[in-house]
Order: sequence, then C-alpha cells, then structure tokens
Amino acid sequence: MRNKPLWIAVGMTVGLMALIFFAGWLFGRMVGKHERATEPRTAAAAPAVPAESAIGRTGARQLDALRRGVPVDQEAAPLPMARVENVDRKRERAYPMQPPTIPHAIDGYQVDKNSNRCMLCHARANAEKFQAPPVSVTHYMDRDDQFLASISSRRYFCNQCHVVQTDAPVLVANNFEDIDRVLAAAEAKGSP
Amino acid sequence: MLPRWLEPLRPHWRTLRSPSVHYSLGFLVAAGFVAGILFWGGFNTALEATNTEKFCTGCHEMHDNVFQELKSTIHYSNRSGVRATCPDCHVPHQWTDKIARKMQASKEVWGKLFGTIDTREKFLDHRLELAMHEWSRLKANDSLECRNCHDYDSMDLTRQGSRASQIHKRWLGTGEKTCIDCHKGVAHRLPDMAGVPQG
Repeated sequence: MRNKPLWIAVGMTVGLMALIFFAGWLFGRMVGKHERATEPRTAAAAPAVPAESAIGRTGARQLDALRRGVPVDQEAAPLPMARVENVDRKRERAYPMQPPTIPHAIDGYQVDKNSNRCMLCHARANAEKFQAPPVSVTHYMDRDDQFLASISSRRYFCNQCHVVQTDAPVLVANNFEDIDRVLAAAEAKGSP
Repeated sequence: MLPRWLEPLRPHWRTLRSPSVHYSLGFLVAAGFVAGILFWGGFNTALEATNTEKFCTGCHEMHDNVFQELKSTIHYSNRSGVRATCPDCHVPHQWTDKIARKMQASKEVWGKLFGTIDTREKFLDHRLELAMHEWSRLKANDSLECRNCHDYDSMDLTRQGSRASQIHKRWLGTGEKTCIDCHKGVAHRLPDMAGVPQG
C-alpha cells in the first residue's frame, strides 16, 4: 500500500457518492409519495343513484330539494351546475314593485363595507359612463324620506332584493299571473 | 499603510494581484468560463426559486391573507386549468424589470424581519397602502403583467358579454384607461375604497 492517501481519497469519494445517491433516492421517494397522494380517488366513490329525471325522482311528489327523493343511505348523482344568465337584456317584471332581476353574471363582485362593485356602474354618477341603469331614486332615501348624496345604507346590499337568474329547472311549478292577465280574464268572463 | 487588522490579508492580496505561476492562460480562461456557467445557472435557479407560488406562500403573511383570497377567484381555478400564480402578476417577466423589482423586494424582507404585517390586524391596517403600491405600479407600466396574458389585440370582443365588449372597446381600445383602472380587486379583496376611483 504505497499510495495510501490515494486509496483514502477514493474511499471518501465513493462514500460521498453513496450518500448523495441515498439522499436523492429518499427525496425522489418523498416527491413520489406526494404525487400519489394527490391522484384522484375514483375507486372509493360510493355507487351513485341515477336520477330518474333531470331533477330527481319527482314521481314521489315531495318537495325534498336537497335529496330529491333519494334514500338517505344512497348517494344521489348531483345535478349539473346551473349557469347564470349573462345576456344583458332587461327582463319583464312580474308586478310593478318587483325588484328587477340582474341580467348578468356577478361572480366575484365584492359588496361589503370596503367596496360595492354594483355601484361602480349603477351609481347615479357612473351610470352614463357604463350605460347601466342607475338605481332607483328610492335607494337614495333614508327612512325619513330624506334624500342622501350616496346610496342609503339600508339599500346598500343589492343582493338582498336583486338576484341573478339561472337556467336551472324549476323545482316547483308556478302559476302566477300578472295583473294584466288577471284583468283580461275577468273582462272575458264579465262580457259574454 | 494598511490598518493593523488588515495586515494578515496582505500575502493573499499579493497572490491575487500577481500573475498565475502554475496555471496556463488557456486553463484559466476555460475554468473561468465553466465557473461562470455554474455561477449564472445557480443565480438564475435561485432567482426562479423565489418566483414560485410555493416560495411566496411560504410566509404566513402571504399564505393567510392574500393567498386565501386568491383561491376563490378565476385566476386560481377555472375551467381550462390555467393558473396565474403570484409572480405572474406581481413580478415583471422581462429580466431587467424583474431584477429591479427583486431589488425593491428587499424592502419586503425588511418588513418580514420586523413584522410589519405579521398579524391580521396589522395587515388590514396596511392593506390600502400595499394595494396602492401595486395599483400605481400597474398604472405606470400600463398593466403590463395583465397584458402578458390578456392582450387587447387578441381579444375577441364578439365572444364577450355585450357590456364587457362595449366598455373594453370604448375605454381600453382607445388607450384611455388601462386594465387596473377598472379591475382593481380582481384577485384579492379590496381595502376601504372611499376616495379611490374604481372605474
């Protein structure tokens, strides 16, 4: 063993390589485990019950909107998500004092004490710029019928009255008739 | 004369200043070249490592406040699976601008060290100021980080809502307004906006 230092150097290098290999192997295993954990678990899902119609088992004649007649020990196939109508066309009001429904999507609109996204366009001062209908004058009145410069705090949260409309199928039939149709029907009955 | 405490460094300094005795010029050039590649690669790797969502949300200030708000927005999760991560909007993509922004970020390291926004309350107190910085930065560069993805020339206005297309044509198309003028709070909750123009 003439060149002992050389052998020591070789031994140390091999040892270091082995250490690096071991560290890399551990790291790779850790990453792999993490990736495996995020894979979608499809096998675990419970057998879903197909809805008999688009809105579930309506034959049962019950107004169970949450479970739609599916027994509690079974999992219902969820309905497709309803889409918000976003066509920017004013809808007819069913009665004169009905709060108009919102004809556009309002996803992510912030309405809190810091900011009111609706009033960005629907405030009196901005309505012209955005060609939006300004909110009614009643919304500027306080409870003593005094007019304020900005929107009244009791009208601040638009979504309390104004809502978007979706294309979801109606769960309950609605046979509401507006006043014009009621009057027309009464007139037709009154004059034979 | 050198000060006394620098005296021990004198021989090293002399070595540094004198020409190489053992190594050829070719070797030094080649070695310098390789070392340069290693240094530059390392520098860029480190720079990119600080340009990831994981790095940004490594601090609780970012993770618990702004990152949670981003999660519910379309820039985090959407139908096509494209995500704008923190640096996509908050760090310029061009190299020189990026370095300039990274040097500015040393102020943020200072804030981290001294806990300027280390509680929710402190963060809310500073929120308007922090937002103002980003708004003025985006206003000054004409919403460059938005436009890295959202280019007006590539927008199909006919596929937008009629309101959106009208307003984009009127204000963005003419260059009168820039993205951030109307889209403040597009990815985070807004601070108290009293007195801040939003449209």
